[in-house]
Amino acid sequence: MTDLKLTKGNIALAEGALQAGCRYYFGYPITPQNDIPEYLARQLPKLGGTFIPAESEIASINMVMGAAAAGKRAMTSSSGPGISLMQEALSYMAGSDTPCVVVNIMRCGPGLGGISPTQGDYSQAVHGGGHGDYHNIVLAPASVQEMFDLTIKAFELADKYRNPAMVIADAMIGQFQEPCRLTPKEPVVLPEKPWALTGRKGRTPQLIKSLYLGDGEQEAHNMLLVRKYREIQDNEVMCEEWHLDDAEVMIIAFGTPSRVAKTAIIQARAQGIKVGLLRPLTVFPFPSKQVYEHSSRIPNVLVVEMNTGQMLRDVQIAAHKDARIHFYGRPGGGFPYPEDVLRELKKAMEGAYERSL
Amino acid sequence: MYYDVIMAGFGGQGIQIISQIVAVAAIKKGLSVTYLPSYGVEKRGGRTNVTLVVSDGEIGSMVTNTPVSIIAMDTIALEKYQPMVTPGGLVIANTSLIAKELLSRDDIDNLPIPCNEEAIAMGNSRVANMIALGAFIARAHFLEYADIEGVMQEVVPERLRQTIPGNLAAIRRGMEIAANGKR
Repeated sequence: MTDLKLTKGNIALAEGALQAGCRYYFGYPITPQNDIPEYLARQLPKLGGTFIPAESEIASINMVMGAAAAGKRAMTSSSGPGISLMQEALSYMAGSDTPCVVVNIMRCGPGLGGISPTQGDYSQAVHGGGHGDYHNIVLAPASVQEMFDLTIKAFELADKYRNPAMVIADAMIGQFQEPCRLTPKEPVVLPEKPWALTGRKGRTPQLIKSLYLGDGEQEAHNMLLVRKYREIQDNEVMCEEWHLDDAEVMIIAFGTPSRVAKTAIIQARAQGIKVGLLRPLTVFPFPSKQVYEHSSRIPNVLVVEMNTGQMLRDVQIAAHKDARIHFYGRPGGGFPYPEDVLRELKKAMEGAYERSL
Repeated sequence: MYYDVIMAGFGGQGIQIISQIVAVAAIKKGLSVTYLPSYGVEKRGGRTNVTLVVSDGEIGSMVTNTPVSIIAMDTIALEKYQPMVTPGGLVIANTSLIAKELLSRDDIDNLPIPCNEEAIAMGNSRVANMIALGAFIARAHFLEYADIEGVMQEVVPERLRQTIPGNLAAIRRGMEIAANGKR
């Protein structure tokens, strides 16, 4: 128990990146993620790594692309406005099968918005953001320990599928502190990358590109990508199923709202109301099968998000046709308290199909 | 066991450090902890508050608007958080900066302490926060003095290590005041 250290979410994430073998970080400051570059600026040089405070987010992500194309584990982190600037390069990396990790500690928007926590960038992360037909792998930690563990996982998945992986956390998860084990659950293994651009001496030249002008070339590449996304969907879904066995209402939430929901569930159960939680840890791949199976048995569903209903659409697509889906959202830096979730789950239990905003 | 507390005041009063001490001591005891700080733009003078949840099981929400207790180091903190305290809960109020009449709830345990005066009486005006911490330890019952003593080296920054004995004395004074009941 003493190997647990009181750790801030952002620091756990940064330390997770280091322990995942990330030695290249490029970034531009923005609240509420500044702890990450601040920590890595101190630590990376000690490990022989490279920390570059870039001139912009566009420069940061393109430096990540360069390091990643050379086969190195590279990362950048930012928040909403900065992540928007990175979308072109993210699309290029998705198109050229280049693995990287991009962290978004989400602040409220649109525009420059504010620095308060939100989940308003879910759609951008999960359903594109950049142009073209692609997906990021997207992980959504809900604890300081998961900030550490899922960052390591993000590097692993990015390399395994040669795909950009994003870690999205609201500012609350980034800035609060919990006891954390700062050692990997399993030893980190850096995979061979025979595709990497490491200098052609002694081998045939290699090319990393996202330009396919030949007849049918781009479509063929898209088919390869979609096969990859299906494989990710089949193999990599992670979700927590909490008190669902006897539940009459299922809450679906990720990040901070899932934490608040747990307290509401304990309070509800003390009142004899049987509620459970389905918490996606991966939002792409989305736990569609789990949502379908549980919602075919538990027809009252409550989706809680810190936005106006972004994951809600994925739940509506995945859920059983008879499921009644109730939504409670807090956008713009607002967040739910346990009593709010308790009130909303009672509405869901009564079969309300509303959007409470 | 489940306990949540909001500690609040203005920057420079040492709210963050006493929260850190409680959090680290609780972790050492094998308890789960969430520590949610929020503070204003300015380090001194801005608002500062911490929501701390301690439990012997998994902690869900790290936010609460129904805390079991609050430590209010100034009037703004008391006025904001006093109405939220659950009935039967605890309010520790720094009456050096808060008028006693403002402690208006009769369904909770009110513990008014003139922390600044007590600190000055000990010869160090900077340990007012430790007086409040001592009182909290005595009334919240999930930590003991030895737990706090055991983590001071770890929590207090190296450049301030020489302040530890004075801080511990202030914590003991706070415990003593709390043990003497309502004042």
